[in-house]
Order: sequence, then C-alpha cells, then structure tokens
Amino acid sequence: MIEDLLTASVIASGIRLAMPYLYAAIGETFGQRSGVLNLGVEGVMLLGAYSSFWGVYQLTPDKATSFDPMALAAGVLVAVLVGLLMGLATAFINVTLQAEQGISGIGIYLFGLGMSTLLFQKNFSQVVTVKGFPKIHFPVLSDIPLIGEIFFRQNLLVYGAFALIPLAWFVLHKTTFGLRLRAVGQNPEAADSMGISVTRVRYMAVIIGGVLASVAGASMSIGHLNVFQQNLTDGRGFIAVALVYFGSWRPYGVMYGALLFSLVTALQIKAVTIGIGIPSELLSMTPYLLTIIALIFASRRIDQPAALTRPFERGE
Amino acid sequence: MSDATPQLLPTGQSRIEHMEMRGIVKRFPGVLACNSINFDVRAGEVHALLGENGAGKSTLMKILYGLYHANEGEVFLDGQRVSIHSPSDAIAHGIGMIHQHFMLVPSLTVAENVALGQRSAREPLLDLNAVSKRIRLLADTYGLRVDPSQPVWQLAVGERQRVEIVKALYRGAALLILDEPTAVLTPQEVNDLFKTFHQMVKDGHALIFISHKLHEVLAISDRITVLRDGCVVGSTPTREATKKSLAQMMVGREVILQYDQPPVDAGAVRLKVENLHAQSDRGTAALRGVNLELCAGEILGLAGVSGNGQRELSEVIFGLRPATQGKVELEGQPITGASPAHLNKLGLSYIPEERMVDGVIKDFTVAENLMLQDHARPPYAFNIFVNPRAVAHHCAELIRNFNIRTPNQETPLKSLSGGNIQKLILARELARTPRVLIAAQPTRGVDIGATEYIHQRLLEQRTKGTATLLISEDLDEILALADRIAVIYEGEIVGIVDRAAASIEELGLMMAGVRRESTAS
Ligand SMILES: Nc1ncnc2c1ncn2[C@@H]1O[C@H](COP(=O)(O)OP(=O)(O)O)[C@@H](O)[C@H]1O
Ligand SMILES: [Mg+2]
Repeated sequence: MIEDLLTASVIASGIRLAMPYLYAAIGETFGQRSGVLNLGVEGVMLLGAYSSFWGVYQLTPDKATSFDPMALAAGVLVAVLVGLLMGLATAFINVTLQAEQGISGIGIYLFGLGMSTLLFQKNFSQVVTVKGFPKIHFPVLSDIPLIGEIFFRQNLLVYGAFALIPLAWFVLHKTTFGLRLRAVGQNPEAADSMGISVTRVRYMAVIIGGVLASVAGASMSIGHLNVFQQNLTDGRGFIAVALVYFGSWRPYGVMYGALLFSLVTALQIKAVTIGIGIPSELLSMTPYLLTIIALIFASRRIDQPAALTRPFERGE
Repeated sequence: MSDATPQLLPTGQSRIEHMEMRGIVKRFPGVLACNSINFDVRAGEVHALLGENGAGKSTLMKILYGLYHANEGEVFLDGQRVSIHSPSDAIAHGIGMIHQHFMLVPSLTVAENVALGQRSAREPLLDLNAVSKRIRLLADTYGLRVDPSQPVWQLAVGERQRVEIVKALYRGAALLILDEPTAVLTPQEVNDLFKTFHQMVKDGHALIFISHKLHEVLAISDRITVLRDGCVVGSTPTREATKKSLAQMMVGREVILQYDQPPVDAGAVRLKVENLHAQSDRGTAALRGVNLELCAGEILGLAGVSGNGQRELSEVIFGLRPATQGKVELEGQPITGASPAHLNKLGLSYIPEERMVDGVIKDFTVAENLMLQDHARPPYAFNIFVNPRAVAHHCAELIRNFNIRTPNQETPLKSLSGGNIQKLILARELARTPRVLIAAQPTRGVDIGATEYIHQRLLEQRTKGTATLLISEDLDEILALADRIAVIYEGEIVGIVDRAAASIEELGLMMAGVRRESTAS
C-alpha cells in the first residue's frame, strides 16, 4: 500500500505545496529574528494572492492560449508592492506605535481577509482562472526517472522558494545587516548602545516579511492553483508562523518543517483519493496533528529571539 | 594645551585631552536626577564618580554617551562644544561606555558582538576574520584574554567584562566610562581589571570609574567626585581622601563601618541541605550536590559571584523550584518540595533576591503587601472575611517598628523607595520571628542608611535565635555579618570557613572555584 501512496508525483506535489509556506515562513523568520511577531501573515498572503491574480488577469491578452511572461512578471511585482505597503503598515503599528503584537496581527489578518474578499466580489462576479507560471521542463534532467518528476518539472516560483533558504541563511549569518537583525531581536538595548537604530532594523525586517508573505500568496494564486477565491490561503499563513517556531528560527529548520508538513498533506490527499478505509475527515487532520506533536518536541530554543514581541524604547 | 601634533593612543585613535560637562540638568518625572552637575576628566587619569544607588551617576554618564538627553548643560571635548544625541555620536567622538548591566548579545560570538554596528571592510558582508585579528591585537596590548570565536553565553562574567572593554577599545574609545564594572567580579578579577585600567591610563586614555565601593575607588582613582541626590557634594584628589570622609560625603552623616556582634552560642541544627541538585531556568545543572547546615543563632554567609546557583538554592529551599535530587530538612522534618505556604507556617521566611518581582506586588498598597501571607489567618480574618481593624492595627505597628517611610498604609507600594520596600519585606518576614530566614541579597540597590538598618535587624534576629542564611555577592556585607562563610561556585560549596579565620584573598580564590580542603563546621 505504501508504494501506492508514496509515488513520485505525490512527492512532487508535496514539494509544490511547500512553496507558499517557505516564502511566508522565511519572511516571518526575518521579522521574528528582529523581535517582531507578525500574526497577520495570513492577511497579507490573501492580499498578495488577490492582487497578483488581478494583475495577471488584467494583463494577459484576451485570447491568449498560453501564459504571458510580462503579465506574470507584473503580477509578481504587484504582489511585491502590496507586500511592501502591508509590511510598512505592520511595522508602523508594531514598532512605532508599539501595539500588542498578538492582537495587532489578528487585526491585520482580518483586514486582509475582508479587503481581498471585497475586491474579489467587486471585480469578479465568478471564479475564473488565469494562465499562471508554467512548469519548466529541464532538458535531459526532467527525464530522469523519479528525480526528474520530483525536482526538474516545477515552476519558477517553486525554485525561487527553495533558493530563498540558503539566501536567507546567508543574509542572516554573513552580512552586517543580518548581524544587526539578530542582535536587535536578542538584546535591543545592547544594539542601541552600539549605535544601531533598532527601529530602522525592525522596519526593514518586517517589510521583508510583508513582501515575502505577499509573494507567498501570489505563489498560490498565480503559481499553483491559478485561481482566486474568498479565503484562498485557508490558514496557511498561521501554519507558516508555527513553522518558524518548529524550525527554531533557522531557515533550514523552517524548510524541513515545511517539507514535512506538505509531504504529509500530499500523502493525505492521495490517501483520500485512492481510499484506504479511513474517513477522509480524520485523514485531513493528520498534517495539523503532526505539526502540534512536532511543535511539542521541537524545543531547541538557542536562537529564540529573547526580545520577541517586546517593543524597544530608550529611557530618555 | 594644544600640541602641534596630536598624540595618538596605541589603538591609533587620537586622545581626548580634556572632557568637561558643565551645568548638566536632567529631570525625570518626579525626580531631579542631575542638578547642575559639573564634571571633567583628562587624558591619563582615572576620575572616580562615587555615590549611593540613585545618586544620578548612571544618568550623568548616559547623557555623556548620548543615551539620555540633558534638559540643560553642555559638553566640551578639548575645549570644543559638542552635542551628543545618540551612542553613535559618542562613539564617533571617541567615547566608550561599559554599562552597569552587560550590553552583550548572548547568542552571538565574541567577534560578532564586537563587530556589531561597525562598518565592515567588505560591506555588506561581514569580515569576522579581520575583526578577530584586531581583537587579538587589542587583547594582547591590554592583557585582556578573550577568544573571539566563543559564543558569549558560554563565558563567565569576568570574561564578559573583558569583552565589553575590548568592544569599546575596538570602537576607538579614548575616553572610557566604566559604570560599576566590578560589581560582579571576584577580588582577583578586580585586580586584573585594575591592571588593565592602569595600562590604559599610562597610554593616555581618560577613564571615568563609577562605584559605590570605597576601597576600590581609593585603590584605582586619581580624583574622586561624590554625588548625592543629583548634586556634586564634593570633589577631592584621592590622596587626600579616606574611607570615612568619603562615606560621610556620600551619606551626609557619619556611618558605621563595623558592627558589634555579641557572641551567640550556635544552637541545634535548624536547616539541613543534603546533596541538593536542581536545574536552572535554561535546563542546565545549577546546583550540583550542595550540603549545608544552618544552626540556631548563627548567620551563615553564602558568598559567590552571581549566577553560581545562589538563586536556585534559595528557591529550592523555599519550595519555588523543584529539586532533582537530594533533600532539605527543617528541624529534622523533611521539607523538600513543600509549598511556600506550608513552609511559612513551619517558620521559614524568605527575602527574595528580586524583590520587585518575587517579594511584593507593585500595584497593591503598603498594607496589602504587609498582609500578603497572613491575611487569611486569625486574628486578621474570620471565616472568609478580612478584619480591617486588626489588619490596620498590625500594619501600623510594623510600619512604626521597622521605620518604613510611607505617607500612610494605603499608599501604593510602587511609590516607595527601594530601601523602604526592602524594610517592608523585612517587616513582613521578621514579624513572626522565623525559625529560619533565607535572606537573598537583602541590601542590593538599597541606600546606606537602610542597609545599616537592615543589618542591625538581621543581627537582632540572630540574638533571638533565628538561623539565617545570608546570600550576598557583597563580600564586605558577608564579612560584617556572618559567623561562618560558605562559598558557592558552579552549584557546589567549595568551602566553609569561620569568619574570624577568613581572608579576602582566600575567599576570592574560592569564589573563582579553588577548593579549600579543611572546613570548619
Ligand atoms: N529612565 C528613567 N526614568 C525615570 N527615572 C529614572 C530613569 N533613570 C534613572 N531614573 C532615576 O534617576 C535617579 C538616578 O538614577 P541613576 O542615575 O541610575 O543612579 P545611580 O547610577 O547613581 O545609582 C534615580 O532616582 C532613578 O530612579
Ligand atoms: Mg547606576
């Protein structure tokens, strides 16, 4: 039975499912490493998903039979801009106004949910599809059995998501910006006394988080499902926040968590389709159950930002 | 005063020949922290700033370092007026500060901590190799042993202090502010640190040394300025100062530097700690087999550098932290793991180290805080009701007996001074004449007046037969009060000596982990 379940196509789909988690959770990692918890990821994802979908829909020529590269690039750009604005707003609320971060995040989520739903209902009367990012077939490589299907027939956004992991690690550990960011999340007073602007670093981190959350949404609406509908992301933004804890605030840890979660999801979908005699309602709980169990046991907390959710203010 | 060629320090920076602060005024809501202060320091000297807790020393220095902004006053460097708005301005002017509380990021390595906020030669990339190289160079020049690749959380306090100094030198500090740098060091570490300071001064650095320890100030400085309540009360060359004259300036009246202690015959064993093990908050071993016996009518001092298990020991004894192994007995009864409420009834009292967190409730009134433990017992309560008259009467008595300065019983606790809050805790804990008292850092952050008072009370309690465990990082306090002194290091008792037989040098060595074989019991 396990051979029926664990096929190359299931693994390939697991990898695809990991994509939005990777973008969103890496973005959230930046924010949290600087000491800001943003629970509003889900809302920003929805806005990114909607706005990029809208962009691609508007710009793809009417009778196009295949994808339009310019329209796709514009779609991603729109998502980046929306993410930038949402990141800026989030930073203003959490860093400048020093809001209670658990609560302000819920506000941002509800705003994103409401706004994306409203715009969708206003501009689209029914569910339509767009021509999203196509799979890239690498010559030769994509024909290798198993490996080819799993690794070399994905789309550009999937590769982007995985490229982000070493990039994020590099930025965090090998650049002066990364050092400032980690310091600000661990001990803002120390960073401040070394002449670092805690506010500026946190703004940067939260904006990076916003942009990546928005791209995470786009990766679903124009890089995987190629549709938009109300609440398209369906809680993935919250899972992404959990994955940051799961991965102990480390990019590679986050990646392992995202892969584990998505592979189990892919398996569960497959199990439901081929029918293995367990009610699908129970099966669909498994990824979430697994996350909770893993979170309980994943408690290596050396990199936990000591100043997480703590606003910084000099005594003056 | 202006040389043709400016002299350079060994670090390659130019010297600050003269720094002067004039007429500095700083107001906080309800406090005048600095009241028109004039202060200066020259290259090649140590100018000590002495004063009690709350005198305004840190505030004045934070103004110089750009962390606080003065309401009035000016700062001059080599005759030029400068405005320092932030630490980066101060750093750019060659001013460095070692803060009273370490300003290090524990999860980062030494080199990363040092590189923090500095431009890298390979911007935007880090260049930790170059940083490490320069750290080694500085470390050699000034005798500061540090390993650039070690994460800071693995370092002992003494090493952390060295990292702080390297950090300031790396930034080209010509003037260094040292805000109570010795507070957490062993006497030997203090000696090493002073050697470094001497070297720096010889090279032409200007040092400002802050402390409230008189002997250190006398040992290291060239000039001394004393602050009290935000005002300069006097400034004198060190060779003309004595401990007595300085103490008097600090407090504004004569102080007792030595207590008489009538000999008390130690009685039966009241508290026995056997092979006690416990974990720290981080899950590491904090206590590793502690053995202690505490007798009626004695004060047992527990000396040691902070973070060696003192807090965990007091918490395990008082039932606030589970023991992983071993046992505690109160007058022969096992009490390991008993609840604080139960221990209270058995006659165990506890003065916690973090008094604002573990000792009182800030937003409650003075009376409520005094009654935290006894409010549900007769005569202060009948059934579920509080008896307000009995409570008011009892509180009035405690406030009077323990000399707690408060407008009235209904004053919110948070408006009291540190010394008075500590007196309140003392009143609550001593009112029932406890069988055993655990006093953790009872005078930390408390002014000299209140310290004296608290010490007298502890001695009085000793005469009444209470067995006291006095946990303190202040060796002078332990030497002044204890009958026997136990030294704790990394969760183990490295030795117990009689006070009469103890020397500072020996205690210092024990605090650094050197074991002592023969023990007095
Ligand atoms: N950030 C602040 N806000 C309000 N009051 C403060 C602040 N910092 C210090 N103070 C007050 O200023 C006074 C001087 O404090 P401080 O300079 O820390 O004293 P010292 O370093 O001499 O012990 C104290 O009364 C203290 O409570
Ligand atoms: Mg101070």
